[in-house]
Amino acid sequence: MQLKTKLEILADAAKYDASCASSGSVRRHSGGTTKGVGSTGGAGICHSYAPDGRCISLLKVLLTNACIYDCHYCVNRRSSDVRRAQFTVEEVVSLTLEFYKRNYIEGLFLSSGIIRNPDHTMERVVEVARQLRVDHAFRGYIHLKTIPEASQALIDQAGEYADRISINIELPTQQSLDRLAPEKNLNRTQQAMGGIRQRIEADGERQRSRVPESAKPRPFAPAGQSSQMIVGADEAPDRQLLERADVLYGAYRLKRVYYSAFSPIPSTSPILPVQQPPLIREHRLYQSDWLMRFYGYTVDEIAPSDHPQLALDIDPKLAWALRSRDVFPVDVNRGSREWLLRVPGIGVRSVERILKIRRWSSLRLEDLRKLGISLKQCLPFIITVDHHPHRLGLDSDRLRERLAPKPTQMEFAFAQAKEAARTGEQ
Amino acid sequence: MQTVAIEPRYDAWRARARSLLVAAVPPDSVLWEDGERGNASLFEDIESDALPAASGKPPRIPRAFMELAELVSCHRTDEKWGLLYRVAWRLTHGDERQLMQVRVDADVRKLEGWAAAVRRDRHKMKAFVRFRKVGEASANRREQFVAWFEPEHAIVELTAPFFAKRFANMDWSILTPLQCAHWDGATLRFTEGVPRAEAPQEDALEEYWRSYYAHIFNPARLKLDAMQSEMPKKYWKNLPEAPLIAELTSKAANRVATMVEAPTSRRAHVSARLPAGVPPTESPVSVLAPVDALQCGEDLSWEVLRTSARHCQACPLHERATQTVLGTGPEDAEIMLVGEQPGDAEDLAGAPFVGSAGALLDGALTDIGLDRDALYITNTVKHFKWRRERKRRLHQTPTAQEVHVCRPWVLAEIMKVRPRVLICLGATAAKALIHPKFAMAQQRGPCPDCQLAERVWATWHPAYFLRMPGGQARDRQLALWKADLTNAIA
Repeated sequence: MQLKTKLEILADAAKYDASCASSGSVRRHSGGTTKGVGSTGGAGICHSYAPDGRCISLLKVLLTNACIYDCHYCVNRRSSDVRRAQFTVEEVVSLTLEFYKRNYIEGLFLSSGIIRNPDHTMERVVEVARQLRVDHAFRGYIHLKTIPEASQALIDQAGEYADRISINIELPTQQSLDRLAPEKNLNRTQQAMGGIRQRIEADGERQRSRVPESAKPRPFAPAGQSSQMIVGADEAPDRQLLERADVLYGAYRLKRVYYSAFSPIPSTSPILPVQQPPLIREHRLYQSDWLMRFYGYTVDEIAPSDHPQLALDIDPKLAWALRSRDVFPVDVNRGSREWLLRVPGIGVRSVERILKIRRWSSLRLEDLRKLGISLKQCLPFIITVDHHPHRLGLDSDRLRERLAPKPTQMEFAFAQAKEAARTGEQ
Repeated sequence: MQTVAIEPRYDAWRARARSLLVAAVPPDSVLWEDGERGNASLFEDIESDALPAASGKPPRIPRAFMELAELVSCHRTDEKWGLLYRVAWRLTHGDERQLMQVRVDADVRKLEGWAAAVRRDRHKMKAFVRFRKVGEASANRREQFVAWFEPEHAIVELTAPFFAKRFANMDWSILTPLQCAHWDGATLRFTEGVPRAEAPQEDALEEYWRSYYAHIFNPARLKLDAMQSEMPKKYWKNLPEAPLIAELTSKAANRVATMVEAPTSRRAHVSARLPAGVPPTESPVSVLAPVDALQCGEDLSWEVLRTSARHCQACPLHERATQTVLGTGPEDAEIMLVGEQPGDAEDLAGAPFVGSAGALLDGALTDIGLDRDALYITNTVKHFKWRRERKRRLHQTPTAQEVHVCRPWVLAEIMKVRPRVLICLGATAAKALIHPKFAMAQQRGPCPDCQLAERVWATWHPAYFLRMPGGQARDRQLALWKADLTNAIA
């Protein structure tokens, strides 16, 4: 098989993984060296964008899409009719280096179908990373997908060469896994994540110790670990997804949890839903995730048990504010950081700026507008020197209706395109 | 009014602005003009002629402004030098030293806006430069690459060091209409801009890159707006993958429709049959509910006890815990310690008392001459109950109901180990095993009424000392605690 055909098949096989981050690693570069290529540090770089709006930062491929597992949602499950291919280790190494030297990518995101057994697969994944780092002094970003069943020694090696390692949790409960991914076990996956967290933290202590820099081993997965959940392939409501994410962030200190709306795949399994969930649901989950990590919201606040599904028409912060109207309005000139963060339409950066500015002068509505804050969103919830909202307005039944945005053009266009495809126009 | 012509670069402006500020020349009497690039000496002459003798201390300018000014200097607007000088004046002579903090100020906002545009342009340059290989490595030359890029602002000099560090071991040039950067492994060189025709027109690897681009795209998620906001059309003409966008987009809907309408997989789903190599999901021989396990009495084997506890879902705590943490130690230990519940470290390790409370306990045991390995150590509740606070897991006390549901496990352990001495560490264990109304402050010490072992004692949980501020009070309590442990085993 031609290398280009392999690349096509194995990129096709990898595209359902949403993760693309290339940020958060240690700083390193090739300046002053005589061999190798690459640098990392600071923010990641998105080198291109596909028409699906997703950034292309890493060469994201599978080593092979042959797999002994049979997860219904996965295009590479063993009962799928998809065409199979397998890269050699050297092929992935060379593609990564050549793409990197032309500045197409920040590095490699390597995953694999499971062939023969978990350790055999993991050995080959690790060998790619080893050759890149050791033989070719590659200093770009490497993200390795690890297999929870692989032996500890192999996961240790993976962490030594990779900036980030990840294990996909896939679905939020064991019940869903039992139905859709019968070989996967939630506890086993979480125990592996726990092992990785311990390894990362032990390494952090070693890196901080007073050993000379040259004697220190490579940092263990300095960009941490991440995971992904599939949205809409099972019946799990958003609350369950967010509860699982909360566990992953708290117990295993994950850097990111990705949410990937289940999308139609070739050679679909009969027990999957035919329709994909609206992409906006995925977006609402990311917004909620953000609120949990940076705004101090709890799952119970975002998706309480009597509202286990997120609203699609308004964002979760506004939805919470509308459910919690008795705590508003918040005085922009007096309110604490925590309360300012709770105001719809005011983000973390704006809050920091407000706190700085109000040391010198009182804020008026015009000042908020200049900070780029959407007044329409926050007006009913705030007090400024020149604005006191009517209690009546805040209590109004029509507040939600007033604040909900009109359906976006983009989704309308997409619905039209789908309709056109169905009727054969275009 | 004086006209000041400078070479259009940050350091030239800074040097000039500094002398003007020292000479207290107000901003409305200076007209800034771009002079020719790369002709610094000429301007130096003018500068020394035109300036009044600079005297006094150079002005102190906040660092935040200087960083902003360096970026703004790259912006293509003609107004930048004048506005930069006006803000520098306000900072130094206008008694507005806090000005940079005031983001609602019109001047500052304008500068911030320009800086943001330059930052974005630099970022896009790092992202969208595409090198083409023009020469292979040989005995005396390294690989050679050339790229063509069209930045919006004069960012080549500021951004080239990024490429020099990343691609240190290859020779490269980045050609742009305004200025070109060249790297030979030792120095960065800058030359005049060139027309596009001077850049190489192709690279064989671009075919592979285009294949990758086409196949990493998921047609079921068309989001053109999102793509264009990050990769505006103005960059497309120099991106080898961009010509594919139109076709990928127009065919997307059809491809999705085909997938949705296609018959499902022809091959039968074969989940039931596990191929060799897949570790079997643990299929426990017998998994008992906590109450049922306890009911077995003497017949309960350690294996069934462990397996059943590992799979326990009798209360919701298992949903947020990594694993069940049963006790560790000899199955016939003479002494048994019972704590409250596993914590963060125990939940990950699967063993009790391995975290900071465990370390404190270990210290105490050593002090009183007890070998930890000879003890059976366990907890009242087997799953870690916690809530997340930022990135930490905060311990939460289990409810009476949760203790009640979990209690059969620790009772089963006591039944199997049959310790002579049973020590309850903390109120949770004491309430579960001694009396539901147990009060540590009044009842700490021996509990002769409890029939679970020959000697039953209750004392503080080691975590109690972790929360206590250091000092004499703590030392006294610690001594009492160790005395408790010593007396309990006597």
